[in-house]
Amino acid sequence: MSLLFERLWQGLLDTLLMVGLSSGIALLAGIPLAVFLVTSGRGGLFAAPRLNQLVGSVVNVFRSIPFLILMVALIPFTRLIVGTSYGVWAAVVPLSIAATPFFARIAEVSLREVDQGLIEAAQAMGCQRRHIIWHVLLQEALPGIIGGFTITVVSMINASAMAGAIGAGGLGDLAYRYGYQRFDTEVMLAVIVVLIALVTLVQFSGDWLAKRLNHR
Amino acid sequence: MSKAAAQIFKDEPLASTPFALGHAEANTCTTQRPDPALARIHLQFEGLGKTYRTEQGPVHALHDINLDIRHGEIFGIIGHSGAGKSSLLRTINRLEQATEGQLLIEGQNIAELDEQQLVKLRRRTGMIFQHFNLLSAKTVRENIELPLKVAGIPRGVRRRKVDALLALVGLYGKSETYPAQLSGGQKQRVGIARALVHDPEILLCDEATSALDPETTQSILRLLQEINQHLGLTIVLITHEMSVIRDICDRVVVLDKGRIVEQGHVWEVFGRPKHNTTQTLLAPLQHNLPADLAKRLTPQATWPDDAKVLALYFSGQQREPDLAALSNSLNGRVRLLDGGIERIQGHAVGRLVVAVEASPFTASELVQRVQAWVDRAEVLGYVAVV
Ligand SMILES: Nc1ncnc2c1ncn2[C@@H]1O[C@H](COP(=O)(O)OP(=O)(O)O)[C@@H](O)[C@H]1O
Ligand SMILES: [Mg+2]
Repeated sequence: MSLLFERLWQGLLDTLLMVGLSSGIALLAGIPLAVFLVTSGRGGLFAAPRLNQLVGSVVNVFRSIPFLILMVALIPFTRLIVGTSYGVWAAVVPLSIAATPFFARIAEVSLREVDQGLIEAAQAMGCQRRHIIWHVLLQEALPGIIGGFTITVVSMINASAMAGAIGAGGLGDLAYRYGYQRFDTEVMLAVIVVLIALVTLVQFSGDWLAKRLNHR
Repeated sequence: MSKAAAQIFKDEPLASTPFALGHAEANTCTTQRPDPALARIHLQFEGLGKTYRTEQGPVHALHDINLDIRHGEIFGIIGHSGAGKSSLLRTINRLEQATEGQLLIEGQNIAELDEQQLVKLRRRTGMIFQHFNLLSAKTVRENIELPLKVAGIPRGVRRRKVDALLALVGLYGKSETYPAQLSGGQKQRVGIARALVHDPEILLCDEATSALDPETTQSILRLLQEINQHLGLTIVLITHEMSVIRDICDRVVVLDKGRIVEQGHVWEVFGRPKHNTTQTLLAPLQHNLPADLAKRLTPQATWPDDAKVLALYFSGQQREPDLAALSNSLNGRVRLLDGGIERIQGHAVGRLVVAVEASPFTASELVQRVQAWVDRAEVLGYVAVV
């Protein structure tokens, strides 16, 4: 029993590390990316249609590759960055690279939903472009962005299960090795319970925060 | 004037709020407002045109607009939907760039302003909108102070300014609420406060009362008038409600398909609309003939002693209707059937429908005889006397 507990604990820590880091990176990189995608289109605040299309296509490419394949394909790159292609840290690289475009696209939708009239009002009151991005786009879209981030985190919990393939450990790997390969139902059930609890907790916190910040 | 507003304009300490300066004394005696048509030119449009480039080809929204708007004036823009009203208004703070001609603000061609100067121009030009365009994530206070914040005004100054404005628009105590919790009228008051926060010289209103109920519209219009009188602001407003123009504007311009088809003092344009567009726009203000009367009206006299029904128009050109003179010239028993006279900027404008019985004159002779006392008269028909 205590062995099971220890393994679960270790798996949970690994999962939290992978998901936490990759989601954090997605948040930091995804928001600027989303802002760029929204503002650089034709007639946008920082219009650069060509570059916008280019970046958009790159994002789409990464979005369309299944995570397992992306992870394998990125092995040389991962090795370059973290010095190894094996283990938890090595999993963070492909997870982040998958999470960033994913989150950026969701955040982009929320940013696009900001009423054009608000941008216009801001311009009319003498706001410069950086003010508009901060005070209008980001703050008005915040509840939606938080909702999108919640989805991203949950997706990363999912994807991190596959990271077992490169020896990253984590809850998914635990369930796969014990539950599937060794028919140890007890471990599998325990993992499922922990995963359900984790996803529920993430979703609940995300919803709560989004609701709190939504004054509409 | 609301109590709070009265406070603002009288109290000495508020002289420190810049917008009270210079205007306070002029308004201690609130007598007749000087005719703004005589004031200095504030905005001057010279052959201004606007063409939008779209994927479906160019859209010509404005053609050859020549117009001057004077200091302290409340200037109305009317026209059907798509006539170019918003485009015209939005050239004033360069939300849209004119593609032909130019717009001079106090003699300065605004097309020549660089980015920094444009921001300054926009701070001198407040704008309010039909759907208020308040930031939902910010409180009332944060919304109003945003223009100051982005201009780098220190916190303490912002605070005082917002407090004074909240009092002015009658929203004291609402500073920490979010816009979603306010009524439409309150939201527009926040919009007005936000527009005034930089002490602008111009206030642009694009259908600012169109989303409000009639009562709230009245209170917002009163507020705009107060602002105009006490802060000396030039107000340019678009509306599809003709009563708004009638109630608060000095002059009005009528746009049709991007061109000016009529302009002048409101009483002139409303008293005698010349262009087709103006007439259709003003139709809601016109009283139609009451149904019962219309039903009994015949185009020809059935009996010699049928009463002749005339419509007498007054367009404010001459004195108020002289009832004795009308009655004398019509020479018979004159009954007032329907109609009304409104005062627009001190001019009596309206239409009276009268029935003339027992007069020796024919209907067309009556029209001739009454000519001197009305702006225009026409025969509507005949009714049998019962
Ligand atoms: N940003 C734009 N791009 C293309 N066409 C526009 C744009 N804004 C307005 N128009 C067109 O210009 C004309 C005038 O529009 P607008 O000024 O909004 O009229 P109004 O305010 O009188 O309804 C319309 O035909 C409209 O479709
Ligand atoms: Mg419009």
